[in-house]
Amino acid sequence: MHIISPVLWEFLVNWLTHFALFPPEASGIAPYTDALYFFLVGISLTGLVIVGLLVGLFSVKYRKEKHPEAVQIEGSTLLEATWTIIPLALFMIAFVWGALLYFRIYTPPTNAMNIYVVGKQWMWKAEHPGGQHEINALHIPINKPVQLTLISQDVFHSFSIPAFRVKREAIPGRYTTVWFEATKTGEYHLFCTQYCGTLHSAMIGTIYAMTPDDYQAWTAGSTSGTSLAQNGERLFASLGCNSCHSGAATARGPNLAAAYGSKIQMSNGSYVTVDDAFLRNAILNPTMNQVAGYAPIMPTYQGQVSEDGLIDLVEYIKNLNSNYRVQQTLNTSQVQTPSPAMPGTSGSANAGQGMVKQ
Amino acid sequence: MSTASTIVKLPPQEGATLPKKSYLNSEYGLKSWLLTGDHKRIAILYLISITFMFFVGGAMAGLIRLELLTPQSDLMATDTYNKVFSMHGIVMVFLFLVPSVPATIGNFLIPIMIGAKDLAFPKINLLSWYLYLAGAAFTIAAMVLGGVDTGWTFTTPLSTHYLNTHVVTAGLGIFIAGFSSIFTGLNFIVTIHRMRAPGMTWFRLPLFIWSHYAASILMVLGTPVLAISLVLVILERTIGIGIFDPTKGGDPLLFQHLFWFYSHPAVYIMILPGMGVISEVISTFSRKRVFGYTAVAFSSVAIAVFGFFVWEHHMFIMGVSNYSALVFSLLTMLVAVPTAIKIFNWSATLYKGSITFETPMLYAFGFLGLVTIGGMTGVFLGSMGMDIHLTETYFIVAHFHFVMVGGMLMAYLSGIHFWWPKMTGRMYPEQVSKLAALTTFIGFILTFFPQFILGYLGMPRRYAAYPPEFQVLNVLSTAGATVLGIGYLLPMLYMTWSLKYGKIAGANPWQATGLEWQIQSPPLTENFLETPIVDHEAYDYEWLANKTQHEVQTVG
Ligand code: HEC
Ligand SMILES: [Cu+2]
Ligand SMILES: [Cu+2]
Repeated sequence: MHIISPVLWEFLVNWLTHFALFPPEASGIAPYTDALYFFLVGISLTGLVIVGLLVGLFSVKYRKEKHPEAVQIEGSTLLEATWTIIPLALFMIAFVWGALLYFRIYTPPTNAMNIYVVGKQWMWKAEHPGGQHEINALHIPINKPVQLTLISQDVFHSFSIPAFRVKREAIPGRYTTVWFEATKTGEYHLFCTQYCGTLHSAMIGTIYAMTPDDYQAWTAGSTSGTSLAQNGERLFASLGCNSCHSGAATARGPNLAAAYGSKIQMSNGSYVTVDDAFLRNAILNPTMNQVAGYAPIMPTYQGQVSEDGLIDLVEYIKNLNSNYRVQQTLNTSQVQTPSPAMPGTSGSANAGQGMVKQ
Repeated sequence: MSTASTIVKLPPQEGATLPKKSYLNSEYGLKSWLLTGDHKRIAILYLISITFMFFVGGAMAGLIRLELLTPQSDLMATDTYNKVFSMHGIVMVFLFLVPSVPATIGNFLIPIMIGAKDLAFPKINLLSWYLYLAGAAFTIAAMVLGGVDTGWTFTTPLSTHYLNTHVVTAGLGIFIAGFSSIFTGLNFIVTIHRMRAPGMTWFRLPLFIWSHYAASILMVLGTPVLAISLVLVILERTIGIGIFDPTKGGDPLLFQHLFWFYSHPAVYIMILPGMGVISEVISTFSRKRVFGYTAVAFSSVAIAVFGFFVWEHHMFIMGVSNYSALVFSLLTMLVAVPTAIKIFNWSATLYKGSITFETPMLYAFGFLGLVTIGGMTGVFLGSMGMDIHLTETYFIVAHFHFVMVGGMLMAYLSGIHFWWPKMTGRMYPEQVSKLAALTTFIGFILTFFPQFILGYLGMPRRYAAYPPEFQVLNVLSTAGATVLGIGYLLPMLYMTWSLKYGKIAGANPWQATGLEWQIQSPPLTENFLETPIVDHEAYDYEWLANKTQHEVQTVG
């Protein structure tokens, strides 16, 4: 068996068992991506074989010893049309197929659970709605669509899970989203694929795809006590937002309850849908996002709130569906010593909480 | 379809002598070189300087591959690694690939091929070289003073706010080198328009000229955008204007748009001149006119035009609108078609030819195979959904090395081997050079093919450390790089050797049809004693065969 040297043998075995040729297919989209990949490999090989055959055959048949007299040929419109149209047709298939896949990967379904991910030099911080934070790790349930809302606190990063065949850039100052549905439990690589400075290659982590039950247990076990929305609620008060957005009819700022998802009119007459990105911009850049009917008095919070804080605020406003209870909340003990939120269990959101979406 | 047939015999080389007077010995002394206006001498100056830069960039590549031999980042600190790959990219792209064929072979041949005595603006041509040198000096200074670690892409806001390395110095270097390329492009365009010999109509031009013409347009229109984006980076870095910084109301994606608006066409700046070389070489060694001349000529122009409208395919995952991505993906597919046409036309050129397999031809065959792979993998990346998984991984690294190294460098070496006898008047040793071509090809495949697999596995680019299961493929790649390195060193050695000991080549050792082969090797400073009058199309082997067999005018 090990004729050469046991050490060398061990090394070789070690080496070869650690040898990967194809990434695991662990998401709903992965088989679709792989199908397109094999199609593309197929047409590439065909093209390569055709070129190889042409060059090879002609080289043998028309080499000087066998074919001393070159026959001058101008060209052939028919042939040239053929090798214009066939590649064009194949490329068009690649285009349409790729476009369908792209729209699918970047259009999250409405029932997806959302997790925020903040990239910063050099780590990934995931924030679950229930308030669980994790660094360079992401726990997710399988067979459930998961949407990631990504943002970077400093430079470009890119969130890549090869086993799921998804990747999305985390951009400073802008939310991006991607979604996936894990299909196999296991641990998978998470890479930052956009060069981001010194420890770029250490900005890696692990995706833990778990059964729904395990996931439930994990969320219950690793809660930080306050949900994102609750954190946001506190910030809303401590930054003084509530002085203008009190919800009262006489308030100086618009009522933010039920704002999320609605279409509102801007001072320049256009209509926008209030989504995460809009909320974030409205807080940082009020002058650029003037709501019609109000005086431009909202101060900018640029530089005063971290990306995490912004996420908390967004999550809070998002969940303010109907009840406006900032003032009450601040007076209850709930916020100061919050009862452990149970993100896994629905319906137990007690009064005083910012209506955490389960 | 004309079916005239031609037999071309290679002239006996024993009888060839070196001409007494040529551009090489018309004047002596360093000053006569440094102040020359002769496009041929400037080409040689470029040749020396870009070869130097190639070996600088190559040494960096060697360090990268050594570090990646093991999964841990153990050979150097990660910061050092980042500087090494940044320098590799900057040097190879801006100081080697962009000027490689145009500034050396193009500079040498464009005037001769169209029957002119020099480029339209000889002094600007010399200025281009000095600008190149200044650019290279800045870049090397940045490297020596402590390096720069932005990657060759200078991504903001990393480059503007988060690094304290010599970004400004390197940026200035590229800015200056950019002007060298703008001036070269301008010079070529004017020369091709205004200085063609009588009878040299557009459709009698060698395809080499067409492809340089297309590349020159890209240089002149694209490079200023690169220059301005680098200026903006430098301004944001030094005085803090908020163009790209989101906290100042800037847009970090804007830099991506600007940068790729140049850097995608730059791919064609690099590859088009190489395609020109391949047309000449394949025609010469199959003794046949290029199949479908017009299609090949216009495909160069088509590439140049479409090349400007595909840049966003570098940003599919960066949160651009889905619908704009759709448009750019479609255009990317369209730009792949002219390349496919070229490859098939070159293959068809061999049909019923009378083929021999000299070294330039071997490199050209290597080019055909590798560019087919490089081009097809470009379709993978242009296909939006596929791009999500592949971009920013080793797949993309492998893809552009297939195009740039497998394509462009093969074409460059093919061209250097093809025109070496014309440039120096001497032949290089045939067997060794064939061995070098083969070594390069094998080394190349071994280096870069495993990277496609690594990319599909998800290994990100620009990583100093990686998970252990990627090691086998990385070791293969490093082994291949070693072979490749030998493949590149060999020509360096035997070419230098041939300068003194090589066989005398004679005017037309390959029996090629181009005007450059109808004059002595090495040519006179003024190229032609009297302005040639062109009465035949390019690649007219009958004309060549019927030409009265007077050995070319040798002066003195
Ligand atoms: C000085 C009063 C004031 C303060 C303090 C203030 N806002 Fe506003 N806010 C306004 C006004 C007035 C508007 C409407 C005009 C506009 O868009 O600028 C507004 C608009 C908004 C909007 C968009 C409106 C909509 O219907 O979606 C959001 C979101 C918002 N504010 C959030 C906040 C948050 C979060 C804070 C605290 C960090 C805050 N505001 C603090 C006055 C204020
Ligand atoms: Cu990174
Ligand atoms: Cu591109």
